[in-house]
Amino acid sequence: MVDEKIINKLLENYENLMPKKLIEELRNKLVKIDANEEKLKEIIEKTYREYINALIEPGEAVGTVSAQSIGEPGTQMTLRTFHYAGVREFNVTLGLPRLIEIVDAKKVPSTPTMIIRLDEEHKYSLEKAKEVASRIERITIENIAKSIEFDMINSSFIIEIDEEIARDKGITKEYIVKILERLKIGEISIEGNKIIISCSISSPDKIKKLREKILGLKLKGVKGIKRVLIQKEGNEYVIYTDGSNLAGVLRVKGIDPYKVYTNNIFEIAEVLGIEAARAAIIREAYHVLEQQGLDVDLRHVILIADLMTITGKIRQIGRHGVSGEKSSILARAAFEVTVKHLLEAAVHGEEDPLEGVTENVIVGQTIPLGTGMVELFMHFPKRGR
Amino acid sequence: MVKFDIFKHELVPKARILSKEEVENLKKTYGIKKEQLPWIRKNDPMCRALGAKPGDVLMIIRKSEIAGEAISYRYVVPW
Repeated sequence: MVDEKIINKLLENYENLMPKKLIEELRNKLVKIDANEEKLKEIIEKTYREYINALIEPGEAVGTVSAQSIGEPGTQMTLRTFHYAGVREFNVTLGLPRLIEIVDAKKVPSTPTMIIRLDEEHKYSLEKAKEVASRIERITIENIAKSIEFDMINSSFIIEIDEEIARDKGITKEYIVKILERLKIGEISIEGNKIIISCSISSPDKIKKLREKILGLKLKGVKGIKRVLIQKEGNEYVIYTDGSNLAGVLRVKGIDPYKVYTNNIFEIAEVLGIEAARAAIIREAYHVLEQQGLDVDLRHVILIADLMTITGKIRQIGRHGVSGEKSSILARAAFEVTVKHLLEAAVHGEEDPLEGVTENVIVGQTIPLGTGMVELFMHFPKRGR
Repeated sequence: MVKFDIFKHELVPKARILSKEEVENLKKTYGIKKEQLPWIRKNDPMCRALGAKPGDVLMIIRKSEIAGEAISYRYVVPW
């Protein structure tokens, strides 16, 4: 056995040359073997050479490789909107539709959901988890009213409350009255399970408007969260939601704000920044591929996420994003809406320096990839004297 | 409520503003201009938390499944 200090000292020289994970792995292996310092040096040097050889060479078409590596397995994905019941009762779009949503950078996913972890105090008891869940779930009058009618004779609204649901959600009639009073529409009284609001309006238009307003009145919860579900994971309770509102949920007491997750990438970009959005794109896209049983290297997904976030905001891969912002006219024209691009370029008298791959394929020159990347410049010595 | 620190969130990597010399070094090692780095907007939550101004370069230390730790840079742009 060699002294660990010697290994650490030897590895120190490679700190900035090799990735951390590789150095750690090397360290763990080296402590176990019996070798003198000379041998150790050789092993480390050889590992370093291997690492250098494994690196991508300049001029390699990484983008094309990524596109093919994701595209080909993509053809095997279920085409229909596959609703996977990972969490009972919840539909989460996965498969090809979800992957398209991610690369098209849709503002709102078709099934927004959140995963909310709770803080130390609330995560071990179902009662406490329910308490937090009730603070998150959005409840409006519409959710707990059996019916809402307008009495023409007395000119008043009659809201019939479903007492069972109200009790379940922890809302009292007095509380509803208090909320309704804020609207300032007239006298409010309680009669059995009915709440009566007398107001002096008569035009059908106004009645309709007011009815909508009353129905949509927020009693409690976070805007946009339609339903919550408490799941037990290991020994802790986790809240899954239908609907997403990251900024709103972060303000709720009892959650772990540093572990809240949503599948709405734009919300993440807004609240946590572009770097977090990049991480979320990778996580979402890789999750889809993994769930479909496709073995795609993570680095291909990372490249896509990098490309989508390189300008500081999320761009889609397509006509309105990455492909549409290429500098070359011919490359843009080769993708979609050919005539529009060519016409505009012609009107403005634009030039194409033929620097990219697509343009050079079109005109039939060597493409700047691999060995074609190299350009030669002649150096002419000054004549005269 | 305690102020929300985005850097504690599991999705947000660690970051810091590079000093002038470090930026010069970076430009030299890669042979690039600052604008050729990936960008980050000045009102991005991360820039606001760090107090970064347009023209600064952020060094981002990401946790990576592949390399263990991956270092990346972003140039702060004024929009």
